Amino acid sequence: MIEIIEKKDTERITNEMRIEFAAISDNESFARMAIAAFIAPLNPTLEELSDVKTAVSEAVTNAIIHGYENRSRLDDRVYMKCRLQGDVLEVEVADRGIGIDDIRMAMEPLYTSRPELERSGMGFAFMEAFMDNLEVQSEPDIGTSVKMYKKIGTSSWIDSEE
Amino acid sequence: MEDFKVIDNYLMIRLPDEIDHHKSVDISAKADRYILSKKVGNVVFDFERTTFMDSSGIGIILGRYKKISCFGGKVYAINADNRIRRILLMSGLQNIVEIVKA
Repeated sequence: MIEIIEKKDTERITNEMRIEFAAISDNESFARMAIAAFIAPLNPTLEELSDVKTAVSEAVTNAIIHGYENRSRLDDRVYMKCRLQGDVLEVEVADRGIGIDDIRMAMEPLYTSRPELERSGMGFAFMEAFMDNLEVQSEPDIGTSVKMYKKIGTSSWIDSEE
Repeated sequence: MEDFKVIDNYLMIRLPDEIDHHKSVDISAKADRYILSKKVGNVVFDFERTTFMDSSGIGIILGRYKKISCFGGKVYAINADNRIRRILLMSGLQNIVEIVKA
């Protein structure tokens, strides 16, 4: 007797993309458009699309204004790596900037190291709220990497209409 | 593009389609010029055209609030969709901004 077990291989990487762009603020919207296009085949709801775009926008903005101290140099680079494992999206946003001394403090809602730039201190809080999982690694003078995960296709269209 | 209008003692700011750090720098600077030169007391943020906002938008609102609240001015948010309203509430802005329901 032959038993057929249908097994969904969740470990398998089904798509991958890497982009590298100059750490200038014009590229914040570029990064959002790129991630939106990347997850489009998964048929995300408007809410999921918005969640992912917001989280990526926060991570890229952090890299530009904190990692690279808002200095707008073309040779400062932001590295974005996106991966799909079935319906789970993994996005990594990394920089080779100044790094974070105290990650816990940086992730505290309302804390900002740059109040003069009118940062609200909500960046990490939004990444945590809009994605399923968040990992932050940082080393002073080496750089910062933010990895975020989100399952796409969990909320139905009807739910998201409110 | 965002646009600015002064009606009586109110600065009306019609916000752009997308509000991020890139756009926020300019919006804040322009708003402050209006607040100073036209001596307006209150600021109204109109989100009618806005479909995307990240935490930079919170920075714009908080920054303007700090500038006008010490003179008794108030800040309003109008035409915010569910998404924008959620972001405002997550940041606790309902305590300092009047979020007007359409």
